[in-house]
Amino acid sequence: MTIAFPKPDQAVLARRREIIEGLGRLVASEALIVSEDERRAFETDGLTAYRQMPLAVVLPSTTQEVSAIMRFCHDHGVKVVPRGAGTSLCGGAIPQEDAIVLGVAKMNRVLDVSFEGRTARVQAGITNLGISQAVAYEGFFYAPDPSSQLACTIAGNIAMNSGGAHCLKYGVTTNNLLGVTLVMLDGTVVEIGGEHLDAAGYDILGLVCGSEGQLGVVTEAVVRILRAAEGARPALFGFEKAEDAGACVAAIIGAGIIPVALEYMDKPAIQICEAFAHAGYPLDVEAMLIVEVEGSDQEIDDMLRRIVAIAEPFKPKTMKVSQSEAESAAIWKGRKSAFGATGRVADYICMDGTIPTGQLPYVLKRIDEIVKSYGLGVANVFHAGDGNLHPLVMFNTNVPGEMEKAEKAGEDILKLCVEVGGCLTGEHGVGIEKRDLMTYQFNPVDLEQQMRVRGVFDPGWLLNPAKVFPLEGRFAA
Amino acid sequence: MTVHTPRDEQDASIIIRDAADKGTLLNVAGNGTKAPMGRPNQTDASISSAAMSGITLYEPAELVISAKSGTPVLEVMRVLAVKGQELPFEPMDYRSILGTRGDPTIGAIAAMNISGPRRIMAGAARDSLIGARFVNGRGEVVKSGGRVMKNVTGLDLVKLMAGSWGTLGFLTEVTFKVLPKPERMATLVIRGLDDNQAIEALSMALGSPFDVTGAAHLPDRDRRGGSTLIRLEGFRVSVDYRMNELKRLLKRFRFMDILEGVGAEALWQSVRDATILTDQSQRAIWRVSTAPTKGPDVAAHVAQALDAQWFYDWGGGLVWISTPVDGDAGASVLREATRTHGGHATLVRAPAEVRSALDVFEPQSDALMTLTRGIKASFDPAGILNPGRMYAGV
Repeated sequence: MTIAFPKPDQAVLARRREIIEGLGRLVASEALIVSEDERRAFETDGLTAYRQMPLAVVLPSTTQEVSAIMRFCHDHGVKVVPRGAGTSLCGGAIPQEDAIVLGVAKMNRVLDVSFEGRTARVQAGITNLGISQAVAYEGFFYAPDPSSQLACTIAGNIAMNSGGAHCLKYGVTTNNLLGVTLVMLDGTVVEIGGEHLDAAGYDILGLVCGSEGQLGVVTEAVVRILRAAEGARPALFGFEKAEDAGACVAAIIGAGIIPVALEYMDKPAIQICEAFAHAGYPLDVEAMLIVEVEGSDQEIDDMLRRIVAIAEPFKPKTMKVSQSEAESAAIWKGRKSAFGATGRVADYICMDGTIPTGQLPYVLKRIDEIVKSYGLGVANVFHAGDGNLHPLVMFNTNVPGEMEKAEKAGEDILKLCVEVGGCLTGEHGVGIEKRDLMTYQFNPVDLEQQMRVRGVFDPGWLLNPAKVFPLEGRFAA
Repeated sequence: MTVHTPRDEQDASIIIRDAADKGTLLNVAGNGTKAPMGRPNQTDASISSAAMSGITLYEPAELVISAKSGTPVLEVMRVLAVKGQELPFEPMDYRSILGTRGDPTIGAIAAMNISGPRRIMAGAARDSLIGARFVNGRGEVVKSGGRVMKNVTGLDLVKLMAGSWGTLGFLTEVTFKVLPKPERMATLVIRGLDDNQAIEALSMALGSPFDVTGAAHLPDRDRRGGSTLIRLEGFRVSVDYRMNELKRLLKRFRFMDILEGVGAEALWQSVRDATILTDQSQRAIWRVSTAPTKGPDVAAHVAQALDAQWFYDWGGGLVWISTPVDGDAGASVLREATRTHGGHATLVRAPAEVRSALDVFEPQSDALMTLTRGIKASFDPAGILNPGRMYAGV
């Protein structure tokens, strides 16, 4: 428990009753959560080691209600922590005692779909998978697919600029977002972008995407929907050495092939996931790649033939192409449940740094050394095509001091990512988790420029203020 | 007028800090090939990236390239081509329609968010721009993003730099994600369609699972019907397969040809560079970004009021329209069309006195304009970098 929260503002805490009364005038009573029991459901997110009880929770149903709540908080100096489904792995939605939580989960409808224009306008509380399901009857889907896609909202995806396993081909949220309705802290409703491909003027849409709820609350979004490929098929390649798997990835890309997904798992991850998903993963290898290609059967066959030929010089111990839909589903189930499956065998913290892929063998070796030096274990799963690592540092929460050690090891791993030319977070966001490490990636001038931009939207630091920027050295304009 | 040509970002930092202190207004430029675009502005001096050239990092296996901002785009493309790679967003070359000479720079590609017909598949420059270093209006060297393609650390200032036309900072180095050049390109050409039929055919193709990487409609001048182009790219086997499927899907549109090779490349280049409109060198050119289904409505709206000619770069989500330069060059009609049907219009080419007298970029809502001014001030409080190039007072 090494991450600090700012001290709550006693004056705000003292006005709690008055604030709740004020909010009660703006929304229906069932949309305002004040009892301790019910508030407890909102005290943390996917980073469950940290908890803070919010002042109150509001779950508005319309953009107008969001606007009224925001204006009220602006006028009364109350902090606002926006929330989607609360699946953030970096603590992006963890409240503060002197803040209200503003959740958009009730706003979960599809408003309009244009298959001709390949766009969907949705309310921001809809789940990621909910969008794909709503357009699946015409063979369309929404491309970014974070592992939590069943639960996470598009609002949260926009806040974190979420990725997924298939972004090598389809990009991340920011590449699939055409417009948003943004409610500013003073209640102003801003329409940014729309159904067309490029928004006019400064790319404020691109700025809002990934801003972690610090610039405003998104209530509606226009996203691109794509026609799904005719088919997709994964293949598994098992290697005796991590270096071979890494070199194989470089060779595939060097040959001009961009598979739709290119995932790496190390031995501990393979064993944990296989025990959970029974996907037929090879248990006798040090590293495994899941390579997925898309298209017609003919195209898939052609592409997999090429990939197999590229892989052969690296002497894979296992080469297995999925033979059925069920097998493909099992292969992906194993990978996508990596976090959950690890949670069955140990407590863990999930890191999310990105590295230049050429540094892969070195970084994996160093991660192993770092984690061992703290007497802990690690399972590695990551998006090999883009260098986005997810080391799962395992510990036992019942052993005093182990969690702190795991956090320390995680910190060392992220510093290593920056050192080799990468970054602290590839898709999970900074939140509270990486907030105090920002100075390793950015110098004060870089951070000050970001904070100045933040200040344009929220000069009083009322929106999700405990996140992203180190608590020291903050300023608004 | 003084032209500063800094050799590196430290140099640039000194020049800009000095300008900020003295209130010297700076024109921010590369090699000036796009100088006749945007709002004409009054500046006291110029700062150019011309002396900052060179590839600083290229890792083909990591699909990433970095270059100093003054590096010619053609040099970047040449280096990538050696390894069978390219800038995936197929950046437009404005020289033909603007009648300018010189080497367009990679910095300008970022600063103006320039893309081309592959927009639909590969995004615009902003989608591939993963890192930038720049000097802000205070003379500070700032970095954002980096060299890895997945990066959500902190606010995405890279996106703000893309398309800010030098009003927020002087770019010193840019880093792009790149992709392999496709092995084969083939174009399906359908002849004789009117605009609505063409957009229907293009929408069917783009809504198919066949990964269309270019879609355009070039209406015929004498209204016998034009050419509708659908491009497929990739490995040979795959392009063959998809082309057959596409023909089957679109079989009710008759008169289809397949175009490949140099002729096809030249055709797509003329779509990319809008040179289909250039034989009308005395006319104004507008670039309209609108929803895929609204293109014909926008064109019809404009054609009703003006002597207009146009074509659709549908993969780019664009209607390119030429209008007479008289009066407001059609601005009031274009703006009414985008207000009615959505999207935005930019006046790409017109004499300076026309561009001085009207909004070159689509006017924004009050709320967006307030944010725009705030963002400008947060980068360039003295307002010295390309003042007024996009909007008055920004």
